[in-house]
Amino acid sequence: MIEVTNLSKRYGDKVAVDDLTFRVRPGIVTGFLGPNGAGKSTTMRMIIGLDAPTAGTVTVDGRRYADHPAPLREVGALLEAKAVHTGRSARNHLLAMAATHGIGARRVDEVIELVGLREVAGKRAGGFSLGMGQRLGIAAALLGDPRVVMLDEPVNGLDPDGIRWIRGLLKGLAEQGRTVFVSSHLMSEMAQTAEHLIVVGKGRLIADVPLAEFTRQASRTTVRVRSPQAGALRDLLLGPDVTVTSGEPGLLEVTGRGREQIGDLAAAAGLTLHELTATEASLEEAFMTMTRDAVEYHGETDRPTVGSAR
Amino acid sequence: MTAATVAPPTLPADARVTGWRVVRAEWIKFRSLRSSLIMLAATVVVLAGLGLAFSAFLAGATIEPGTPAPPGGPSSLDPLGASLGGVNLAQLLIGTLGVLLVAGEYSTGMIRSSLAAVPRRWPVLVGKVGVLAGVSLVVLVPTALLTFGGGQAILGDEGIALTDDGVLRAVLGSAGYLAGVGVLGAALGALLRNTAGALTSVVALLLVVPGVVSLLPESWSDAVSPYLPSNAGQAFMSIGSSPDLLSPAAGAAVFAGWLVLLLGAAVVQLLRRDG
Repeated sequence: MIEVTNLSKRYGDKVAVDDLTFRVRPGIVTGFLGPNGAGKSTTMRMIIGLDAPTAGTVTVDGRRYADHPAPLREVGALLEAKAVHTGRSARNHLLAMAATHGIGARRVDEVIELVGLREVAGKRAGGFSLGMGQRLGIAAALLGDPRVVMLDEPVNGLDPDGIRWIRGLLKGLAEQGRTVFVSSHLMSEMAQTAEHLIVVGKGRLIADVPLAEFTRQASRTTVRVRSPQAGALRDLLLGPDVTVTSGEPGLLEVTGRGREQIGDLAAAAGLTLHELTATEASLEEAFMTMTRDAVEYHGETDRPTVGSAR
Repeated sequence: MTAATVAPPTLPADARVTGWRVVRAEWIKFRSLRSSLIMLAATVVVLAGLGLAFSAFLAGATIEPGTPAPPGGPSSLDPLGASLGGVNLAQLLIGTLGVLLVAGEYSTGMIRSSLAAVPRRWPVLVGKVGVLAGVSLVVLVPTALLTFGGGQAILGDEGIALTDDGVLRAVLGSAGYLAGVGVLGAALGALLRNTAGALTSVVALLLVVPGVVSLLPESWSDAVSPYLPSNAGQAFMSIGSSPDLLSPAAGAAVFAGWLVLLLGAAVVQLLRRDG
């Protein structure tokens, strides 16, 4: 169990994490979702005490991480950036980390085997690909057979096989009753692995919901209707729980009414339809909509190009 | 593949962090980096090679007493000074080793793994410095003794004996001084978290500052100069009293004081700053 309470982190004027409060429960995979720069990595660094909070507290199983006598038994963490000396072999890196807790070479070889690095365990970590580096980081996280596993963007740099392997590993770890906390900026990735979502943007909490509920809210169907009598049609369709928006003359976007219903209503009123298309909003779109206001670094394509004065 | 996670992990019942375990981990880190082994070997080669070379030079030359030593060479052209003449260059090598051990963790990101495993932090630095000092002494004490013996053998009748007044202290002192410079490099590496900056600081503190101080008005330079780390070290690495240097015991105390001061500052900063 990770408990984050009113957590804030400021770097000078810049607020990286802004009054975050949430809990990560054992037994399920919890996704930590947000655009780049939303404060996910900073929050994770504060959980294991690499960064000190400006305000608020973080505890792991009731104690500050640093107050645990065997921190690696408590939390296994893979942080986004590489955290390995490039001149040392993978096995020696793990042996040194394990030695701090009196963990021996047998466990080191177990985790090497588990992440599939046996052939390269004696090679310098500096020569590793991004994917191999991620596997080494995961091996280090699992050294102490920890109760909490926390991974920052673990699928980065992994090939499809590796990604599938990670998903299976995370679910397996959660099924064993561990707390599994995984960050990603990709909704699609979270939809595959997480049971619960904590969504952040600009350092603030946006949502703390089960994935199923997030999906239900997100996947409302929108129907595109084109009609020369759009105004009349609009008045006809409006009702409780129905929203109708119009992007251009003659075009309506309707949520809350199905395609058949719209067609029947129009026919009964004698209105002409030129188009009737149902579009399913993807989870990715739902996530984008939800975090739009909070996205810090808009890409060029997100910017309104018309009438932007510079 | 997930089946493998189900297998019971091979972990000791008392898996937790202890001081000695951190030291052991730092020893594994030390011996598993080629750069640390190379720097240590280079220190040994320079200390022994230059000591023997200066001794041979002294044996073959007729030198008027009081002739100043060549720059970068031994601090004095006497049998002891010649055989310990490699210290001046060797200190830069072992200082570099100290810097690399700590600053290398910051430049590669390894420090995050180190601090995640030992979140109380200070044992990491203390363990690292302990391993560095211990390994240095184990290697350099025999090197200094053998180099001294070899140098005196080359000098023959001109040579002095280890049993002569203060000689053993000076020879062991040179090994201790070098181990101390390694610690100084490690402390500066921890304070600056940057290899280039820390290396520059080591060179400045040991070589540049003494030169600059000697250019100050005499009353100032006389007051400051003996307390600089290199000159404090010189006080316990040489025999015979010099008006410019502290007594051997005072020199050792001042040198140790520098190490405590810099290490203390490094520990305080390690605890305060984000990792």
